[in-house]
Amino acid sequence: MSKPPIQIDLQPPVGDWADTSPEFRKGSWCYSATPQNLVQLGMPNPRQWQPSDLDWKLPENWKKTILDGMKERLAKFRSFRLFMDICVRCGACSDKCHFYLGSGDPKNMPVLRAELLRSVYRRYFTLTGRIFGSLAGARDLTEEVIKEWFYYFYQCTECRRCSVFCPYGIDTAEITMIGRELLNLIGCNINWVLDPAANCYRVGNHLGIQPHSLKDNLEFAADELEEITGIRVDIPIGKKGAEVLFVAPSADYFATPHYYTLLGYLALFHEIGLDYTFSAYASEGGNFGLFSSHDLMKRLNAKMYEEAKRLKVKWILGGECGHMWRVIHQYMDTMNGPASFLEVPVSPITGTRFDNARSTKTVHIAEFTADLIHAGKLNLDPRRNDRWKVTYHDSCNPSRAMGLLEEPRYIIRNACNHFYEMPENTIREQTFCCGSGSGLGTDENMEMRLRGGFPRATAVRHVKETHGVNLLACICAIDKATLPTLLDYWVPGVEVAGVHELLGNALVMKGEKTRATDLRGEPIPAVEQEAAHA
Amino acid sequence: MRERVLIGTGLALFLALFTYPVWWAAASGTRAAAPQLQLPQHASACVAPASFMRASHMQLLSSWRNDAVRRGVHKFRSPDGRVYDVSLSGTCLGQCHSKAEFCDRCHAYSGVSTPSCWQCHNDPQLAARSIQ
Amino acid sequence: MRNKAVFALIVAVIPACAGAALSNLPSLRLPLAATVSYAACAFFLAGICLRVLRWASIPVPFCIPTTCGQQKSLVWIRPDSLDNPSSGLGAAMRMGGETLFFRSLFRNTRCQVANTRAIFTESRWLWMGAIAFHWALLVIVLRHLRLFVQQVPASVLLLEKIDTLFQVGIPGVCISDLVLLAGLSFLLGRRFADPVLRYISLFSDYLALWLLAGVAATGLLMRHWSRVDVAGVKQFSLGLATFSPVLPHNLGSLFFAHLLLVCALVAYIPSSKLMHMAGVWLSPTRNLANNSRAVRHVNPWNQPVVTHTYAEWEAEYRDKLKEAGIPLEETDVEATYSN
Repeated sequence: MSKPPIQIDLQPPVGDWADTSPEFRKGSWCYSATPQNLVQLGMPNPRQWQPSDLDWKLPENWKKTILDGMKERLAKFRSFRLFMDICVRCGACSDKCHFYLGSGDPKNMPVLRAELLRSVYRRYFTLTGRIFGSLAGARDLTEEVIKEWFYYFYQCTECRRCSVFCPYGIDTAEITMIGRELLNLIGCNINWVLDPAANCYRVGNHLGIQPHSLKDNLEFAADELEEITGIRVDIPIGKKGAEVLFVAPSADYFATPHYYTLLGYLALFHEIGLDYTFSAYASEGGNFGLFSSHDLMKRLNAKMYEEAKRLKVKWILGGECGHMWRVIHQYMDTMNGPASFLEVPVSPITGTRFDNARSTKTVHIAEFTADLIHAGKLNLDPRRNDRWKVTYHDSCNPSRAMGLLEEPRYIIRNACNHFYEMPENTIREQTFCCGSGSGLGTDENMEMRLRGGFPRATAVRHVKETHGVNLLACICAIDKATLPTLLDYWVPGVEVAGVHELLGNALVMKGEKTRATDLRGEPIPAVEQEAAHA
Repeated sequence: MRERVLIGTGLALFLALFTYPVWWAAASGTRAAAPQLQLPQHASACVAPASFMRASHMQLLSSWRNDAVRRGVHKFRSPDGRVYDVSLSGTCLGQCHSKAEFCDRCHAYSGVSTPSCWQCHNDPQLAARSIQ
Repeated sequence: MRNKAVFALIVAVIPACAGAALSNLPSLRLPLAATVSYAACAFFLAGICLRVLRWASIPVPFCIPTTCGQQKSLVWIRPDSLDNPSSGLGAAMRMGGETLFFRSLFRNTRCQVANTRAIFTESRWLWMGAIAFHWALLVIVLRHLRLFVQQVPASVLLLEKIDTLFQVGIPGVCISDLVLLAGLSFLLGRRFADPVLRYISLFSDYLALWLLAGVAATGLLMRHWSRVDVAGVKQFSLGLATFSPVLPHNLGSLFFAHLLLVCALVAYIPSSKLMHMAGVWLSPTRNLANNSRAVRHVNPWNQPVVTHTYAEWEAEYRDKLKEAGIPLEETDVEATYSN
């Protein structure tokens, strides 16, 4: 036993929250962004520092910068001003946040997370706050407050679960986004957000995989797929005039278990004969700009339309990724559109016109594949997934910022024989975050990640105990990267897979050899049985 | 643009609803006058002081009802020592007041729902006599 | 925390005391009562309009509805047109559900953690308390129209009739009053009893509730205990409505306490969290249709940003792209130079 197990106590302390300040305990915060990354992105106050330092080396006029920044944003985002004004502290949100449920830290209640900002708003931007001060819930902006903002705005994954329950729809994601934007103005940011962002900006993807390595990775995937299926797939990169530009989160190219999902995409695209292309320039669907500022989000996202235009494709297909779809669905067209150079997406195989994407011209792969299955264009053998008892984890953004709920379930039901839902309060729009979203999935933040992922894990444990579930399917790259660690801690024995991995397993390709293994290279029991019967 | 129209309409509606008493009063020529009550010609005092009766006549009538029906008490001694029959029809309506010209005026003016008293104690003959 | 509640109570008692004191100033009571009433109304109406206009003047840069159901995508998947509206009409219906029935609050669950397990239980208490309080308040405000409108509308009389359906007491006890009291007691009680609520509650949260409680208490006392001359009250309120204030002499201290508490409450609304009554309509996570991929949402300030263009990127990685056999955009620049 190396570490004591995580203890959770939801009893709030006595006293006034405004008088407490966070303790930067190891395991509950993320390292600061390196000066190189700040320089590369042209962001202010690059320096060496860590949140555990006493002196954060804030710029001299930091206070004015923050207040000016608030003023600017209060005039630019109605959501911000409104959410500062109308909260009644009814407490409906309090036990909806996974970080609160996992940590018991009252400032992780969405209402108090927002009050951290609201108290400063009252002090400097409202008459009552200026006159009555703390009586009106107002607080002076001090360096302690900045530290507190940093601690708690990087303990929010912008998952929007609280917003589902708020009677006014107050969305802590908006508040955290603004809070982080403000912190960025004085150089208080974390490396796990800005390193991927800088890489994405310069090279094209989060890990900074250069074009030739990307090509190697994809070729390697083709080799592996050939080994499993006996079919050689062609993987075009930067092919001009292709019908579809395919953009996936870059983790799919190399990380486990994302990689098996990539194999699933490749098998699918080959099987249906899709005329598509990857791009080395826009090789990242994810957008860590979303976790930093609206501007950075726009800067990173601009590549997708620019590349689609350059390659003269007709429309864009997006892979399995959570926050990428928040950006595509709610921001891309507004920020970088209109995409008049593209056409309304039509599935070349089924002829289905995706009217719901007629303006962005970007289709989610779960929509695309569900349509293929519904039209009977795929030959699926769900028995190949029989070793899995599957549950489905709705990723925050596709569920609460899009409503993509049935499409992935439809695919899973067609690709697997054993599918079990987690309890109602933990799926669909009420889904719980993995606890590592919005750039918090770094190892130095492990305790907080495990705490934040606790509600999700406990729901998984429930279906494991009741149905013997051993696989959690999802459509988010951050889920795939961080849920294995989380489940190992809370529910050992449950693995994580992308929906298109399951599809790739079940997909019977024309001319394929008898598959001995699934996409993970592990034996397929159903095949073994068939062989035994023969 | 559409949003501005919506917000503008919403605000206009809000103002219209909350100022309803003002513009309605202006439109209908309402005056802030007290209701015109026909007062008895031959009686100078009520069974209790007028200020008490204005606010609490229903309490008095209620206790009269209890006295007469449950306790068999049929006489009421007023604060100034006079004695009355405990009877809405006989005393109040029979000797002094017209329901239509007195009770109803005030009740209608203030929007106080008609009490269930009138279901029994509303004798048109008495009412007619009182006006003479 | 407790002293916030106590202090708020003290502050809320001030208008009541001021009212009681005012009623004993024969020469000043009319001018002061009228001035305070007009000022409070002006504050209320102008304040709400200004705040709404201020919100309205701020753009909604992005289409950010919180989707609480299936999106409209493929024709054979049934969309949840109420919780994930894809049209303006759907969004309007969603807003109706929020404002009339508090749908989001209705979803409320309670989550407890025990033995590293999260246990969810349905929790409709807050919803019940909130909806009881708000609807009762609406009914009570509408019932008060009988005091402000001459020729009381039949609908108001009917409302009163229904409200006193049980015919208990003289004058009859109103159902709405009881419901309001129950709702208020619940909303206030949970701020005392629930440690989480106690921790997050601010002075202003208590103040609003105490003011409402004060208004309700004085109103009920006037109706059922000390009893006010209703015709006199109506004369006063009609006087206000016709801008020719009169004040019958028999309106006592309880009436003035009620009046000043109401004035304090309505004047407080625009500068307080009670603005949620207007703000909820403008909430961009609720009032927008989730159709941002079908219809472009325009951001009026969509500010230009520095991007890493394809040309810059290709220039940086030309060799590697060439080596990997990835097609290039520009013709071989080096070859051009060497010529």
